[in-house]
Amino acid sequence: MQLLSQLKIGQPATISAIEAEELLFHRLSALGFRIGKPLSIIRRANFNGPLQVRLGTTDVILRDTEAAHIRINTHPIN
Amino acid sequence: MKRIALLGMPNTGKSTLFNRISGASARVGNWPGITVDLMSAKILIGGHIAELIDLPGIYDIHGFSEDEQVVRHFLSNNAVDLVIVLLNSSQIDRQLSLVLQIKKLKIPAVLALNMADEARQSGITIDADNLAKELEMPVLQISAKYGDGLPKALQAATQIINQNQPATDPQVIAQFLQEDNQIEHEMEDLIQHHVQMPTTFTDNTTDKIDRVLLHKWFGLPIFFAAMFVLFQFIFTVGKPLQDGLAWALSVLRSGLLEPIFASSPAWLSGLMLDGIYNGVATVAAFVPIIVLFFLVMSMVEDSGYLSRAAFLMDALMAKMGLDGRGFVMMLMGFGCNVPALMGTRIMRSRPMRLLTMLVIPLSLCSARLQVFIFMITALFAAKHAPLVLFSLYVMSFLTMFLTAVLFQGQYKNAEPFILELPPYRFPTLRQIVLRGWHEVKHFLVRASKFIVIGVVLVWALTNFPSNVPPASAGTYAGQIGALFAPFLDPIGINSQLAIALIFGFVAKEIVVGALAVIYGMQGDALMSQIAMQIDWVQAMSFMLFTLIYTPCLSTIATIRSESKSSGFMWLSIAWSLGLAWVVSFMFYQGARWLGY
Repeated sequence: MQLLSQLKIGQPATISAIEAEELLFHRLSALGFRIGKPLSIIRRANFNGPLQVRLGTTDVILRDTEAAHIRINTHPIN
Repeated sequence: MKRIALLGMPNTGKSTLFNRISGASARVGNWPGITVDLMSAKILIGGHIAELIDLPGIYDIHGFSEDEQVVRHFLSNNAVDLVIVLLNSSQIDRQLSLVLQIKKLKIPAVLALNMADEARQSGITIDADNLAKELEMPVLQISAKYGDGLPKALQAATQIINQNQPATDPQVIAQFLQEDNQIEHEMEDLIQHHVQMPTTFTDNTTDKIDRVLLHKWFGLPIFFAAMFVLFQFIFTVGKPLQDGLAWALSVLRSGLLEPIFASSPAWLSGLMLDGIYNGVATVAAFVPIIVLFFLVMSMVEDSGYLSRAAFLMDALMAKMGLDGRGFVMMLMGFGCNVPALMGTRIMRSRPMRLLTMLVIPLSLCSARLQVFIFMITALFAAKHAPLVLFSLYVMSFLTMFLTAVLFQGQYKNAEPFILELPPYRFPTLRQIVLRGWHEVKHFLVRASKFIVIGVVLVWALTNFPSNVPPASAGTYAGQIGALFAPFLDPIGINSQLAIALIFGFVAKEIVVGALAVIYGMQGDALMSQIAMQIDWVQAMSFMLFTLIYTPCLSTIATIRSESKSSGFMWLSIAWSLGLAWVVSFMFYQGARWLGY
């Protein structure tokens, strides 16, 4: 179990928990962040910039601060 | 009259669909219960005249953003006969929640699944017929962009309208909205049974483009280079059009209007020709460039590149207390500051919204662009012109960054930054043309309201009292200029330019028109007259002041209404005026000290 902010680029993972206050939780779930959903990080912007995360058909960008609210389980790359 | 509302999530092509159905007949209107304006259009549907309303794009009816509140307030204050819900087919797994929320409210609805082609390409198959049975509403796959499937969708809407069911009762809706949802579960259930979706979705084209445009090191340089090339394109294409139109307008004056007014009294021909015609014609000559500018802007906006700019710039913006979206608003402000200010509604944290609203008026809007093109053409050699204009854009960014850095302590915030990255899309010719037409219409409305009144006032001030020569120090304009001289002399702005600046408070579109009236000339003659009177240092100082001080009354009014605070509005006015003076002073005195 680790945080989305610690996930390596290209490593597949599944969301295991979202630990956020109501407003942030709401926003995340509206964009498709739900428990059990697979995701991976496509790229990271320079200078500690945002992450580009792919969840199913949707690409979302978010900062490390927000990504640290999302717990994930990693899968081995097959 | 029947009322149909168009609802959907952001980036689903809702405005495209609205424009396609309404053609060019849309107008902006006020609605009970909400403070913002919504676009609406009258359309003919099944023998009824119906009003189609474009609601803001939202993720969730129960959400907390201002747009989501707007939709809630609209539905709980206005009866509707039908809602057309528009979803992006390839994101149906999460967007379906919006349909279920509407269904819960018992509002008659038609579900339109947009971008059916895009979904098919990524291997998503949707069983629309069975989905329709389960949802108990018509489900149609369409392409808002190309119009595919649209007749069928409208037919389904017509059928519902023709059933003449009673419209929704806003009070009941309001009550329903209080209650909440098992919607999540229902949605998962429906998706599991009726939609097949590959687990990982790769849009190859978008990925390939992103690999270059979002490159770690080249991404930002490419972005700014692309912007520079686009601006170059606008001027290479727009300049000849502008020159042609200016020439045509002066021929019209000498060939047709001057003979007509030859026998009328001097004051009337003065007012009509040197006042209204010169003023309006000088402004009108810029219409081609402005239209071109908006066409290019809307292409960039619709392409999905702006969200990429937000991604690339976020780290830098965070250092100034803003985020990537703030950068996008700055870019939107290059078109017009007003919609950019309204765009800040997507931000939930008030401090961040205010900070963003404080910087937006400093972005070089298309109206200021007219003033700069005019002054640059008059005073700089053609080979220097692009560089001077580019330096003004750089200056615009610098003042925005400076403002954000200085004020970020006052507007601390912890707004989360989460944004969807849509795939790249190419707007169709129809979209581009419609958008251009809307801008021309907008300009003509402004022209008839502000510019004509403005130039008539300027003409009166420069021609009265009538016992002194026009535009001399003895006229009212000259006296006003003298009044401001202590402030404007140190920054190299003479009394004629001062009058133009004062009217520029109302709208920057008036500035060049006012100059035409003040000097009683038009086109090349006007430019060479100004070039004789002031040098490039004064011109640059004038442009810097124009760039930084309050953009226009509409912007001020928008700041007031969006911030709901007069104090904030005054802060914004005082800051921009003060900064404008200081920057112009430093430039003018510095350049003079260096011997220019």
